[in-house]
Amino acid sequence: MKPKNGGRTSTVTSRGRREWEETTLRPGLGKKPERKKEFTTVSSLPIERLYSAEDLKGWDPGARLGFPGEPPFTRGIHPTMYRGRLWTMRQFAGFGSAEDTNRRFHYLLEHGQTGLSVAFDLPTLMGRDSDDPQAEGEVGREGVAIDTLADMEVLFKGIPLDRVSTSMTINAPAAVILAMYLAVAEKQGAALEQLEGTVQNDILKEYIAQKEWIYPPAPSLRIITDMVAFCASRVPKWNTISISGYHIREAGSTAAQELAFTLADGIGYVQSCVDAGLDVDEFAPRLSFFFNSHNDFFEEVAKLRAARRVWCAVMRDRFHAKSPRSWVLRTHVQTAGCSLTAQQPINNVVRVTLQALAAVLGGTQSLHTNALDETLALPTEDSARIALRTQQIIAEESGVANTVDPLAGSYFVEALTDRMEQEAWDIIRRIDEMGGIVPAIEQGYPQREIAEAAYLYQRQIDSGEKCVVGVNRYTEGDNQKAATLKIGADVEPAQVARLKDVRGSRDQERHSKALKRLEQAARTRENLMPAILDAVRAYASVGEICGVLKTVFGAYREGRVSL
Amino acid sequence: MSPGTEKKVRLLVGKVGLDGHDRGAKIIARALRDAGFEVIYTGLHQTPEMVVATALQEDVDGIGLSLLSGAHNTIFPKILRLLAEKEGSDIVVFGGGIIPEEDISTLKGAGVRQVFTPGASTQEVVDWVRANVPPRRR
Repeated sequence: MKPKNGGRTSTVTSRGRREWEETTLRPGLGKKPERKKEFTTVSSLPIERLYSAEDLKGWDPGARLGFPGEPPFTRGIHPTMYRGRLWTMRQFAGFGSAEDTNRRFHYLLEHGQTGLSVAFDLPTLMGRDSDDPQAEGEVGREGVAIDTLADMEVLFKGIPLDRVSTSMTINAPAAVILAMYLAVAEKQGAALEQLEGTVQNDILKEYIAQKEWIYPPAPSLRIITDMVAFCASRVPKWNTISISGYHIREAGSTAAQELAFTLADGIGYVQSCVDAGLDVDEFAPRLSFFFNSHNDFFEEVAKLRAARRVWCAVMRDRFHAKSPRSWVLRTHVQTAGCSLTAQQPINNVVRVTLQALAAVLGGTQSLHTNALDETLALPTEDSARIALRTQQIIAEESGVANTVDPLAGSYFVEALTDRMEQEAWDIIRRIDEMGGIVPAIEQGYPQREIAEAAYLYQRQIDSGEKCVVGVNRYTEGDNQKAATLKIGADVEPAQVARLKDVRGSRDQERHSKALKRLEQAARTRENLMPAILDAVRAYASVGEICGVLKTVFGAYREGRVSL
Repeated sequence: MSPGTEKKVRLLVGKVGLDGHDRGAKIIARALRDAGFEVIYTGLHQTPEMVVATALQEDVDGIGLSLLSGAHNTIFPKILRLLAEKEGSDIVVFGGGIIPEEDISTLKGAGVRQVFTPGASTQEVVDWVRANVPPRRR
């Protein structure tokens, strides 16, 4: 982070710094050397001893920072930020059957949570029904099992969908799950125009990091552009894609890679919608982001500030969006699951607190704080409550929400923000040279970079170069026990039985007609959403609908994975 | 039994089920390879049948499975059963991932030889494999 145009600074400043180095620093170092030869972030970015005005030479606060609510949005997307409204405290929940999760939702709402966030089980995430042979042992384990509209009706029972905002973490089958949500809302008598929420719907990061795919990239992007177009006209408040760095980071990337690959995915979606003939200002304001917050406090703050600045430039200068609403990067943040330790699990509360604080000082719009036991199993009610209370303490006791972007102007934070931005642009340029994010994925570029970073980090932990308290340092006294949530063995057979009931009792003719119509739509350029909605209303299952689309679009297979 | 001195120990590192979390599996596969073992990585979304077929076809000495999906109590026993049916019960099966303590003893009782939990170092895994996975008599 050395100044690039050295020598042009005011003589007073540079002499001051040099004098300090001569008269104060050097004797100090002689008496007491530094703890390490090199200081780096958790992502191995080198950090200097001291940041001063020289590190921000030629740095123009008007251009680099602006004011909150104004381009380039470094200081935040709202003029008053958390003085006006706190971030949304949105804890992800879902397990077992729809009834189990519905009960947890009511519990969280009663305890002051302000938005719902649904976790689905793996079979649902992969577009498979609970009775699919591949689903054996996985039904309801990591999230709630949803097969048909009947399950979705139970999931949101007693929750007026026009009065909550709901985030659904679903990607490959997102169109089906969104259609089910809309169908439940219709049955409740809610107007689609009033619905607020998000589907993750970010398939590109699935190929890169999380690996929950169904179809190849091209038809997947077609489904996504269909959803974007449908929502722009029918469900205008819905966030259609949550462009996610979270999983990229969890897969082992550095902070800068997380930032760059996520923004490159975003560019891929915008390009694909523009290519499909949509007006950028009609859909761009409904795109949102989802970042990770890992252990390295300032690196995370800088990452989020840089993300807003890069996205503003991308939307304004690359895609020529006219509305400032299209330039804004709104984001959700989740603390880093991969940073939690099974050893001395109560220490995780402290990690989560620091990570959450970084997200808040980075200006997030909503936040999920992980529970202390999430490296062992899904959270219990008690641990989920502590995680929520952590956010409430940051929001209402610590005072950090009293002013907008309190770290702005810090030599270090601004220099690090510039560095993150530069790293992001470098990687984005490289991806552009490959022809965009889809060719880059097909060549395995982000996948390789991430695996490499993950392996390096693991070796740094194994060698003790990077400290993980309770794992490779301060390991004595590991007698803390966390209670873990148990998913009953009865969930799977009960869910399979319920699906069988629905299959037996639905209007068979309506069902097969709807699936036939869906297949026809898939073979043309017709928007798929109305046909998916019809199929869902006819109680077609997630597996049946994705199965029909798979016959038309084919299935994705990962290329050879080189170690 | 150190690799290189006699017959190299062959290992299959596998991801079974729908779980796509392959960070750990890839790190372990690479660490074992760097430690001198012959390592085959199955890639994602394998069924127990596919893993057992690959293990026998590739004539491996050990199978390491990474599971973060909560399906370990179903998948491990199924693989052990299939191995037994196909005369592969001398293949050492071990694993790791998000596996609660109380499930580990059950899995070990069923024949899983070792279960590594989050925080285990790659060196621990390498050392354990060196000490516990002999080449099969072929």
